[in-house]
Amino acid sequence: MRKKSDTLPHGSEATPEFEKAAQRKESRRGFLLAFPSYLYLVIFFVIPLAIVLVYSFATRNRFGGTDLSGWNLESYEKIAEPIVRTILFRSLWLAFLTTIICLVIAYPFAYFLSTRRPSIRNVMLVFVMIPFWTNFLVRNYAWRVILGNDGPFTNVTEFLGLGTNELLFSQKAVVLGLVYGYLPFMILPLYAAIERIDGRLIEASRDLYGSGWQSFRHVLLPLSMPGVIAGSILVFVPSLGAYVTPEILGGAKTTLLGSYIVTQFLTARNWPFGAALSFVLMTVMLVTTIIYFRKGGRTL
Amino acid sequence: MSSSVEPRGWAKAALHVNGWFVYLFFYAPIVLLVLFSFSESRNVGKWGGFTFDWYQQFFDSNNARGALSNSVKIALVVTLISVILGTMAALALERFTFRGKQVFDALLYLPIIIPDVTMAVMLLLFFGQFYDVIEAVFGIQMRKGFGSISISHIAFNISFVSVVVRARLAGMSTDLEEAAVDLYASRWKAFRYVTFPQILPGIAGGALLAMTLSLDDVVITQFVSGPGWTTLPVYVFGLIRKGVTPLINAISVIMLLASMLLVVLSLLAQRSRRTG
Repeated sequence: MRKKSDTLPHGSEATPEFEKAAQRKESRRGFLLAFPSYLYLVIFFVIPLAIVLVYSFATRNRFGGTDLSGWNLESYEKIAEPIVRTILFRSLWLAFLTTIICLVIAYPFAYFLSTRRPSIRNVMLVFVMIPFWTNFLVRNYAWRVILGNDGPFTNVTEFLGLGTNELLFSQKAVVLGLVYGYLPFMILPLYAAIERIDGRLIEASRDLYGSGWQSFRHVLLPLSMPGVIAGSILVFVPSLGAYVTPEILGGAKTTLLGSYIVTQFLTARNWPFGAALSFVLMTVMLVTTIIYFRKGGRTL
Repeated sequence: MSSSVEPRGWAKAALHVNGWFVYLFFYAPIVLLVLFSFSESRNVGKWGGFTFDWYQQFFDSNNARGALSNSVKIALVVTLISVILGTMAALALERFTFRGKQVFDALLYLPIIIPDVTMAVMLLLFFGQFYDVIEAVFGIQMRKGFGSISISHIAFNISFVSVVVRARLAGMSTDLEEAAVDLYASRWKAFRYVTFPQILPGIAGGALLAMTLSLDDVVITQFVSGPGWTTLPVYVFGLIRKGVTPLINAISVIMLLASMLLVVLSLLAQRSRRTG
């Protein structure tokens, strides 16, 4: 795209000095436009991030307070302890499971959507957008009501002779809540990727005696890969840091990384350890995202 | 893609079934929640005759109404400031080159990809120190509440607004702006009369997104809100953890309605984006 600095000021000859001066002026304008947000993010984002890093090296004193002098790596060493490792692996596993389930449901759905007539497709998309915009807390709470004692789900299982369900407060309920919460995040990028594919390529593969599976495996899937990766990151990342869902639908045995970090601050009062854990969580997210951007997919 | 590549036979049937399943999965829980909010039964998941009692209880509760009005106040302030800062940032990144642009670009993405919990922890520790510093320097004692919550919401919303406005700017040709400047419009006038009307749908979309995110946030708000001053989602989250009651059903439906209203408005903004 052409930048504004390409245009010449009125009534001037294109002398090199003038052009340089004009460029400097444009550069100053750009900087002034960016400056308020820049300053805001430095004060209220970069400095807080630095404080977390400092806290993660600090020591917890006997009263639950934090000693900022005397830096050490204790909090990071604590991550290797069995209890913490269990929670870490459980979080990774449940986030992975959520991502796979979302992918399995969303891929055929996105394909289905992209083969509809445009008029119907727009209506269908609107009904995917609505949950995307709807309050996450409320949507998770709805499942608490449904799965709860004497709730509609129990009525169904009892009617079918399966007995009372024990789904609520289990890991299954947490995965269900996460899938419900983040499914739109998988559908939308997948749809965006599949919709852009030229349908004639699939026709060509079928004409050349490719089976349905082969067309999918060698044509559709590779071409839609940017959507698969984008959707997977958009689901995996928030699932790993989930706090609200395990808090509402999970029980004692379903503590995930997000809730565990919150516990360190609100109940256990081990701030340095909580800071170290949040820093690790953030690093995992950043690395995942950077890998994605490096692979050249920018189709979020 | 065209409909000609739709599979036939069992694959076609499976795709249709999956499609219906997704919509059922999305909407059945919401519909049931709305239904139960009108149920007389004290059991949250059981039908027991029609009533408005729980909504009445909500409007009678000072705490709940207070939390709702806090949420609205914060959302309005946050939206206004985030839209101004976010739009300026978007213009700077799409229309200008300046020193430090790449760093700014990367910094602007961070609040979007950082996990909620990490950002909540960051701001909790920050305000602990920040208020101490303010007290030491200015002698003013500040407490967490309106200020800390608004500041935190703006910190992530600037990024979301700028992404939405940038998308609009990127898809727009600069020809008209250049023509205006060639016809002796000042840069400000060119922005005011040419660029601004064109990016207005993007700004409206960004504003609605900022408002939605502000109204919905639980995790970050919970960490930076003070005793006795909280927002509706944090209030509801606290109630849920104490045990589910029909009152929560009613509040949830009110929050649901607010979300739906914002979706409708954002779809209208999108429509004018296409035609405008």
